[in-house]
Amino acid sequence: MTEEKTIENTEQELVEEFAVFEDTFDKFGYLIDLGKNLKPMEESLKIENRLIKGCQAQVWLYSELKDGKVFFKADADADYAKGLAAMMIHVLSGHTPDEIINAPLGFIEKIGFQQMLSMKRAGGLASIIKQMKLDALVYKTKI
Amino acid sequence: MIDSKKNINTFSSPSGRSGGTFDVSKIRMDFPILSRKVNGKPLIYFDNAATAQKPKQVIDAIVKYYSEQNANIHRGVHALSQEVTSVYENARATIQKHINAKHPHEIIFTSGTTESINLVASGFEKLFVNAGDEIILSEMEHHSNILPWQMLCEEKNVKLKVIPINEKGELQIEEFKKLLSSKTKLVAITHVSNTLGTINPIKEIISIVRNSPLLRRGEGGEAAVLIDGAQAIPHLNVDVQKLDADFYCFSGHKVYGPTGVGILYGKEEWLRKLPNYRVGGGTIKTVSFKKTEYADLPLRFEAGTPHIEGGIGLANAIDYINEIGLENISTYEHELMEYAAEQLSAIDGLRIIGTAKEKASVISFVIDGIHPLDMGVLLDAQGIAVRTGHHCTQPLVAHYKIPGTIRASFSFYNTKEEIDIFLSAITKSIQRLRK
Repeated sequence: MTEEKTIENTEQELVEEFAVFEDTFDKFGYLIDLGKNLKPMEESLKIENRLIKGCQAQVWLYSELKDGKVFFKADADADYAKGLAAMMIHVLSGHTPDEIINAPLGFIEKIGFQQMLSMKRAGGLASIIKQMKLDALVYKTKI
Repeated sequence: MIDSKKNINTFSSPSGRSGGTFDVSKIRMDFPILSRKVNGKPLIYFDNAATAQKPKQVIDAIVKYYSEQNANIHRGVHALSQEVTSVYENARATIQKHINAKHPHEIIFTSGTTESINLVASGFEKLFVNAGDEIILSEMEHHSNILPWQMLCEEKNVKLKVIPINEKGELQIEEFKKLLSSKTKLVAITHVSNTLGTINPIKEIISIVRNSPLLRRGEGGEAAVLIDGAQAIPHLNVDVQKLDADFYCFSGHKVYGPTGVGILYGKEEWLRKLPNYRVGGGTIKTVSFKKTEYADLPLRFEAGTPHIEGGIGLANAIDYINEIGLENISTYEHELMEYAAEQLSAIDGLRIIGTAKEKASVISFVIDGIHPLDMGVLLDAQGIAVRTGHHCTQPLVAHYKIPGTIRASFSFYNTKEEIDIFLSAITKSIQRLRK
């Protein structure tokens, strides 16, 4: 994660990357690739209270605070859910708790993924974002 | 008592029917939604076990109700109220006739299968079960036919027994016989499994219950059998008298009718014994603060203004499928299923879950190394609607030790051409996921 890059900068980059794909299949394919390229998460970090339980997929989300910034790791049993987690890590990891808490994340709608927020699809995007922001909130109280 | 008259809301019969067979391309024209696109591709709708699409005959009946007939039913003296009361009660009669119930008042309108089961479970909890009694379900039940009974069992210290399935996804009837005891108060079984498609031998099961010497407890003490017919009613001819079911439940939306309406069929003697469920307007004869006299069947169980257009729409849906003929429907759907099963089996690493001898048009499958959710998402991206996950049957999915399945469920408006596109889409998705 580049230190100087703002959340908005990364969001804009993602919007441009996804804009290349006209076909929804290719767009989802790219999302799945993001998941496949996600840095592996140590098995020891996949503990029960870091599991975002959903209806269809299981997502593990781990976070730590380093030098006032929050860093996330994730894994999932479904590539699609892992892709969503990877996308959010790409956007939010390496930022301060305040930046994470206040990020409006408008890029999701621009990419055309807004339906994923309302869907109960597990490992759903809304649950992942909620957990990331909750973690940031906890770290904020510790700084 | 309700007269059995012809529905006022009848529309043109399905245009595709001709001499015992039907023309699918003409039938598809009755379903406006089938001409839309999803993600830029023509919609292929293979999620019929979740909910079926609606023919224009049903949509038109609902529009007609709101455009020309809307009034509250059962109590108004004015013309509109009387007219629509008649339409609504004729809808009840249509449903009675369709499942061959003895009386119209054995047909209770509910919000769906779930409420129908909850209504019976609530009555059993209040009046018919005591600590130490037993209720029997099967391993393949939908959560809606597990949770009301599980809650009852926890409340009243009743034992829940479960009929196991074999690897094909068939009930083990010999094991079922062993589960019966003098404590059995109710057997609740699905007619068709929503996940596997298995058609259960309901007639045989009911006959086993009726003939078990353990259960002959004389007048008023016999065990009841409740059938969850949600998945059977769109595919099979159901005759509740021949089956000898005590209760038979189904939802309107799975049989091409509206959402929010469903049916509880109950034998008159059982319905009379069941206590009130929800009470309010419509369920009474007279009310005073000292004493209330409740209405007769079926209104005693239909509190509040009912889902009027739902009942009317459901009757029109029943009329629609009867115009095509359930025999024709099940023959054609079976053909589609066999065709799909054969082609799917040829895909490397694909395993069909549920290979019962008797099956409705539902195919669940898993693919080695591919999470069902990933396949569902990529099929959706290609305009194909399937269901993925546990299908509200977690105990069943746990039996197979899988995270869930990909489920394709076919209707008579689907085609072999759609199945061919589906198969290509699966292959394309597998290649993308394994890239």
